Amino acid sequence: MDTIIDAHNISKVYNPDTIPVYAVNNVHLHVHAGEFTALVGPSGSGKTTLLNLLGGLDRPTSGNVVINGVDITQLSPSQLIDFRLHNIGFVFQSFNLIPVLTARENVEFIMLLQNVSKKERDQRVTALLAEVGLADKMNVRPAQLSGGQQQRVAVARALASKPKFILADEPTANLDSVAATKLLDIMAKLNQEENMTFIFSTHDQRVIDRARRVITLVDGAITSDTGQTPTD
Amino acid sequence: MLFTLAWRNLWRNRSRTLITMASVFFAVLLSVFTMSLQKGVWDNLTKNVVSFYAGYAQIHLSGYWDEQVLDNSFAYSDSLNQIVLQQPHITGTTPRLESFALASSEQSTKGSIVVGVDPEKENMVTKLENKLTDGKFIQLSDTAVLVAEGLAKKLQLGVSDTIVLIGQGYHGSTAAGKYPIKGIVKFASPELNAGIVYLPLLEAQNLYGAPGMLTSLVLSLDDPSNLNKVVSNLRPIIGNAYEVMPWQEMMPEIQELIRTKEGSTYIIIGILYLLVAFGIFGTLLMMTAERRYEFGMLMAIGMKRKRLAWVVLVESLLVTITGCLVGVLVAIPLVSYLHTHPIRFSGQMAEMYEGFGFEPIIPTVFSPPVIIEQTVIVTCIALVLSLYPLVKVFTLNEVEAMKR
Repeated sequence: MDTIIDAHNISKVYNPDTIPVYAVNNVHLHVHAGEFTALVGPSGSGKTTLLNLLGGLDRPTSGNVVINGVDITQLSPSQLIDFRLHNIGFVFQSFNLIPVLTARENVEFIMLLQNVSKKERDQRVTALLAEVGLADKMNVRPAQLSGGQQQRVAVARALASKPKFILADEPTANLDSVAATKLLDIMAKLNQEENMTFIFSTHDQRVIDRARRVITLVDGAITSDTGQTPTD
Repeated sequence: MLFTLAWRNLWRNRSRTLITMASVFFAVLLSVFTMSLQKGVWDNLTKNVVSFYAGYAQIHLSGYWDEQVLDNSFAYSDSLNQIVLQQPHITGTTPRLESFALASSEQSTKGSIVVGVDPEKENMVTKLENKLTDGKFIQLSDTAVLVAEGLAKKLQLGVSDTIVLIGQGYHGSTAAGKYPIKGIVKFASPELNAGIVYLPLLEAQNLYGAPGMLTSLVLSLDDPSNLNKVVSNLRPIIGNAYEVMPWQEMMPEIQELIRTKEGSTYIIIGILYLLVAFGIFGTLLMMTAERRYEFGMLMAIGMKRKRLAWVVLVESLLVTITGCLVGVLVAIPLVSYLHTHPIRFSGQMAEMYEGFGFEPIIPTVFSPPVIIEQTVIVTCIALVLSLYPLVKVFTLNEVEAMKR
């Protein structure tokens, strides 16, 4: 299977000159296309930091992250933003939709940043919102949507850019069990039917149970990695 | 959609946007109003002072102003008058022959200024007739005089009494004459009130043995703002034999006073700008801090800094331009109204103004350059302050920004 993410011995150290804190400690990780991977671990174990490093939001203190053959640690800040736009989808714990835009506009926004034509944008927005079960909420602003609906819009937005993979930071943390299950169903369906790669950090046992690969982090280091896709 | 985003962002926090717009609005309104009022007050003061005696500009024989004696008078000719009147912005000329004499009655004697005038023309410049407190105004053909109230009191004279003037005439001749007093005039300036006598021009020329001679030709202008243009045009045309002096050169102390007061106005306006700047900056600071997380999130999902900065800049421009436009739209009718209907003093304040011969009003000028200048200054202040969120966008770290 194609390797999408190749993280070589990455570390993220805070206060390296005083009292060093290893948020991520010498992590070596490969993620293949089509994986449905959960990063688990107690609070402060480095899950979010590792996601940030894999998503090019943060730079490792040492080591490098190669995504689809591109070493993103070598990219300039501006190149990184552009790289994220075209390669990575993000789903955040607190949804982070743009409050003044409707569900349709939130999803369309990413494609607008990619300079996708209006016609294609319209088609894709309609298809994506239908896929996450929100065809009837297209013209509604986030404040009028439930938490679960907002998170589904966020998933549609993450998919809109046709990313190589989606990083989701505790996507079910603010959802009730019904909304969380519905979201997981959608993410699993996208993973199975469209081979979309998902990597999510979570504490939620329901999410962990649905993951095919579970990576456990403790004090910034991987302590177990189960269900790893075998390399060719 | 980026413009839509900017526009909708403005209205997501209505109060903040309205407060920022109001800051810009009041800044434009207050700065335009303050400057128009100050300029109006000083223009009015200048008009009052200038029309008090000197006029906006005078022509003399070269050197007269440094040595104000009759021997430095010049022959008044129609050709000179015509040349002057042909110049743009000059609407009229008023001839004067000024000298000094001892004014006497049976009881007393006092040194006084004697001014020979064409009463009708003089009235157009100094509104001399309005200063009449007793008797009648003189005519050019009269052989009577107007005497200042203080001088009349000193000499114990009234209307129809006779005043004797004795002095030195043109080229050392003796000047002596006695004239009936036709009217008493009152000046707010104690100096003028204590010692000035007005004679019809022809009679003054006879008295001083200087027929056809003038010491000054006072110019009337269509608009005082054309003064400098008129003076610089006229100087080469009438040549070196004559000097053309604007009121600022004849009364440098008034010019200095106005400059000093204008300086203090700029300090007040500067404080106003500062207050406004802090007001606008406060809301921008609040907005930037409030939206830090959102900026980080937008960059995280792939929005380039330039695009984000564009959205923020459009927001600032919309607020600034709207505030300025509304400010100008309110300022224009306000200033225009106060220009045509100036604030009028009443009671003691009005009496004090009228005592000085001034109209008891506080007018504003209606000057497009003042309005444009103040609007541009406030817009620039607001735009410079708008750079703050832009700087923040360009220096933001996505991960740090998204930490709650």
